[in-house]
Amino acid sequence: MNPIKSLIKDMTKKHGKTRESLLPIMQAVVEKEKYLSEYSMIEIARQVDIPAAEVYGTATFYSFIETKPTGRYIIRICKTITCAMKGKNQVLFAIQNMLKIKLGETTPDNRFTLLETNCLGWCHKAPAMMINDEVFTELTPEKVRDILTSYMKMSQINVN
Amino acid sequence: MAVTHQLKRVDFIFSNENDWEKVLSTTINKKPTDLINELISSELKGRGGAGFPTGLKWKLAAEAKADSKYIICNADEGEPGTFKDREILSKVPYKVLTAMAVCGYITGAKEGFIYLRGEYKFLTPELNKAIKEFDYYCKEIKFDFKISIFMGSGAYICGEETALMESMEGKRGEPRNKPPFPTQNGYLDKPTVINNVETLAHTYTIFKYGAKKFYDLGVQYSRGTKLFSVSGDTPKPGIYELELGMSLQDFVYEFGDGDTKAVQVGGASGFLVPRKKFKDAAIGFKGKLTGISLPTGGSMMLFNSSRSMFNVLDNYLEFFREESCGQCTPCRVGCQQLLLGIKAVKRGEKPASYLSKLLRLTETMQYTAKCGLGQSVANSFSSIVENFHEEMIY
Repeated sequence: MNPIKSLIKDMTKKHGKTRESLLPIMQAVVEKEKYLSEYSMIEIARQVDIPAAEVYGTATFYSFIETKPTGRYIIRICKTITCAMKGKNQVLFAIQNMLKIKLGETTPDNRFTLLETNCLGWCHKAPAMMINDEVFTELTPEKVRDILTSYMKMSQINVN
Repeated sequence: MAVTHQLKRVDFIFSNENDWEKVLSTTINKKPTDLINELISSELKGRGGAGFPTGLKWKLAAEAKADSKYIICNADEGEPGTFKDREILSKVPYKVLTAMAVCGYITGAKEGFIYLRGEYKFLTPELNKAIKEFDYYCKEIKFDFKISIFMGSGAYICGEETALMESMEGKRGEPRNKPPFPTQNGYLDKPTVINNVETLAHTYTIFKYGAKKFYDLGVQYSRGTKLFSVSGDTPKPGIYELELGMSLQDFVYEFGDGDTKAVQVGGASGFLVPRKKFKDAAIGFKGKLTGISLPTGGSMMLFNSSRSMFNVLDNYLEFFREESCGQCTPCRVGCQQLLLGIKAVKRGEKPASYLSKLLRLTETMQYTAKCGLGQSVANSFSSIVENFHEEMIY
């Protein structure tokens, strides 16, 4: 069976075939695939027994549930006021320069997606960003280059 | 004239967690009505920002009749400038769990949830460990209460209590009409107590030391202490527990960098206070405080004279435009138009008098928006536009 299909089936079994399990199921798929494909949405709808449109409607409401393909590492840089004041733009330029992508884009090798997000709750250590679930704070252009370099190495090891 | 410039630092929240087992077992041997009265007499008000009396909320839920009830800990801390709940959950999780269990005992609920925002997912391993240990102890003393984590997925509006419940029910996080209030029809239409993380941590203090210790701190209508998340142009950003009712002047004296131009109290949905009004402003809930009293979820952002207030407002409005759930027209269209409006004035495409039109729009939003998000856009908008009028135009 398709791995996503079986994951959805397992999650439905774990959380129950109710509407309340919709968010946990979607989150599990996103954790695995980094985004929620049309295929997954229809499969979730079938398993939980609700209209696919409802799944789509719910999925698109939440900013952490992407509905378009993304890279393996999703970079979310905080753009809210304190981070914006403390040099978020310089950090953003450094990332864009290094990965050669703009906001909202994914690198051609499907490794990184660059997004902006609202307050991450690290205002006292601004600027902050997340790569997948990991948080990085008090960023500078130098620091962010180091972080990305280590992620690039990591993903290379994973590929080989 | 003697000026004291003294802020009363307190340390309740982050200390004395180790005896949670004793606190739990002694508290659940007291009568629920006594505990509610204790909580009411402490005059604890919700620490998320809205300030609803906690004792009353628990009482209403306890009186509601239903076959099942729920306790929710609101850890969807999305307000720009707040980060205290994360600290509480990572440093003293047992306080929050104990408070939830006691609330369950009082109201008759058997199940509790921690709605954790997606951005704090990294907290889950530690938090789950704490829940497991807590669960183990509950079984040991034969107390039936189950706690689990429900993850959010990056929506600011889900911090609004009814939107949070919609989200838990697997729907879009769109706020419900109130009334009915959650204490009657909450999660799955059952009576639900939903409290901020910090509120729950405070109830732990009250159950441990009694209401008087809490009541003796603070000022009339604003009792007790509060965690403040200090950020922006300050030499010492971080989390501080302070007594309520302090003057903003004293606060700035302690935390400012000597060049503080304005302080945003309560995050993007709160108020901006310019330097000339510091001495009249006090931090606390509305009441008989002299001058302006500012309720807050604890977000204190300081701006010095190098900051453009236009940029600040622009940033807030972009935030609101993105985070508005889009359900009701005043908020959805209002946020978009306000953002377009201030940009047009700045570029000179609209006359300065257009700002007063925008102010009227925020007033409309305040009256007609369905939930707190749309209603509170007016707070920061009017306080910035009125106090820094020139910066909006030139």
